[in-house]
Amino acid sequence: MMEALKHFWQSDLAWSWRHSTVAVISTFIFVLMMVAAFGAPLIAPHNPFDLATINLLDALKPPAWNSEGQAIFPLGTDSQGRDLLSAMMYGTRVSLMIGMASVALSMLVGIVLGLVAGYAGGRIDAFIMRVADVQLSFPAILIALLIDGVARAVVPRELHEHIAIPVLVGAIALAGWPQYARTVRGSTLVEKNREYVQAARVIGISSPVIMFRHVLPNVMGPVLVLATVHLATAIITEATLSFLGVGVPPTEPSLGTLIRIGNDFLFSGEWWITIFPGLALVLLVLSVNLLGDWLRDALNPRLS
Amino acid sequence: MFAFIIRRLLQAVVVMLVVAMIAFYLFQFVGDPVSIMLGQDATDADRVRLTAELGLDQPVVLQFYHFVINAVQGDFGISLRQGQNVSTLLLERMPATFELSIAAALIALLVGLPLGVYTALRRQSSLSNAILAFSLLGVSLPTFLIGILLILVFSVQLGWLPSYGRGDVVKIGWWSTGLLTVDGWKHLILPAITLSLFQLTLVLRLVRSEMLEVLRTDYIKFARARGLTNRAIHFGHALKNTLVPVITITGLQLGGIIAFAIVTETVFQWPGMGLLFIQAVQFVDIPVMAAYLCMIALIFVVINLIVDLLYFAVDPRLRSSVGRGGH
Repeated sequence: MMEALKHFWQSDLAWSWRHSTVAVISTFIFVLMMVAAFGAPLIAPHNPFDLATINLLDALKPPAWNSEGQAIFPLGTDSQGRDLLSAMMYGTRVSLMIGMASVALSMLVGIVLGLVAGYAGGRIDAFIMRVADVQLSFPAILIALLIDGVARAVVPRELHEHIAIPVLVGAIALAGWPQYARTVRGSTLVEKNREYVQAARVIGISSPVIMFRHVLPNVMGPVLVLATVHLATAIITEATLSFLGVGVPPTEPSLGTLIRIGNDFLFSGEWWITIFPGLALVLLVLSVNLLGDWLRDALNPRLS
Repeated sequence: MFAFIIRRLLQAVVVMLVVAMIAFYLFQFVGDPVSIMLGQDATDADRVRLTAELGLDQPVVLQFYHFVINAVQGDFGISLRQGQNVSTLLLERMPATFELSIAAALIALLVGLPLGVYTALRRQSSLSNAILAFSLLGVSLPTFLIGILLILVFSVQLGWLPSYGRGDVVKIGWWSTGLLTVDGWKHLILPAITLSLFQLTLVLRLVRSEMLEVLRTDYIKFARARGLTNRAIHFGHALKNTLVPVITITGLQLGGIIAFAIVTETVFQWPGMGLLFIQAVQFVDIPVMAAYLCMIALIFVVINLIVDLLYFAVDPRLRSSVGRGGH
């Protein structure tokens, strides 16, 4: 175990990481936010979903450093008396989970379709890539919004709250797959003519096994870079949809939902309800984006 | 050339038909229109008569055909929430979205282009680095957050600019414009800046990288050897050659602006089509959703088609590769 760690520490990737201040700082911020988000049930000062501990008299308290603030609510409270810091930690968890789930699903769909398109070629390739082209000509947020809207129309109103999150994940994932498919297809076209693939074919290994066991590991580099950048986009898309009121329901607020709720109080002077979740969102997205930039330079893969 | 145009046109028609199918499919979920329209004490004869009148006894393919024919004529029925003709609603809202989008596109171009040129020419200066850092922030800030921050600073704290709606509008025929009143201009500033920032960073980065690319070419070196002034080289030769891809991408981004207008319009309660669509999604107002879906698809398909054809006209290399059957 220690050996493996030591080996990793001495690898090129780790070297490039240690020598990039930006990468170290963004990793630090990202890990900190991950811990705060996924450790929320353990370390959050309050449970914003526990109605018994919420007191309406605590509503709209400013942050602790303000003269009217209280030390037990470090970043103030929202209109229902919930501790903002705790709500943000839970909200970051929702945002991260939806972002990661959509990226994973997007990757799965994109990789499979890209591999098949690149490996099979011919009509299947032409068809898949045509669909990807057409979809890429529309902005991802619009595609996600339309899928979300269609799902809302199709599903009975009572069920909206229950299916909101899966629908959101599906919508964001479906909006993102063409990027992966394109990248994977491009690399697959190159790998397909390598000797190891021909050797595998000669000894009679079936196409699916060649695709997923042999070609796939060799095309993953660019995909990982893409996934990092896509995570940032997915988080922004989720936040935007939630802000527009067609994303995560208020019962389980994400950062976008919190910003939407806070937006109503902007004019009455309670700026902290919007600004702090907004700041958390920007920090999260910025750190992921910077990490993605660094990873692209470090791996220097052939990104189209 | 001819085959290329035909193929692109066919593709555009297929995309529009698929979108129309999705829109048509949406209507299947509104509920049974016959029982809604008839009420409880209708006889079976009434049902049969109304079903035939609405054309619901026909095969689905024929119903879809009628839907497409109506859609092409701009008839999407009546909004479930507002009880008005959907096409009238959309037409009423169109000028607001259009003026906002054009203003944003102009800001993106007029600010992004000079900044891009500057950062490319003065690559080492600290101002360039500051501009580039700012542009990275511009990519990481979601549009709606930019809008909220602008409102917080310029409307709530400073009280300089309004944050809500379009202000006074003047009607010219059916077109309502906010560009003829001072109040209208004031209302336009914040939303237009919000909408333009993302595109602005895109233009900036694109111009910069294209410009750097062009400055490395042989003909620029040759121009320097000829003893031309920096000014003539940078603006007469380099910038001119940068503009073709920039114009194309900006053209493509016009669709993106119209899409992102949905977000900006929600933040600023700007009474455009995007706000109408978001409200339609929230209230599951299917006719409005269907109409917006078809319209936005049409805008995108037309923009893409024009850009494709322009590319074809501008870049001779494309023509030869199409001749060989590639893409």
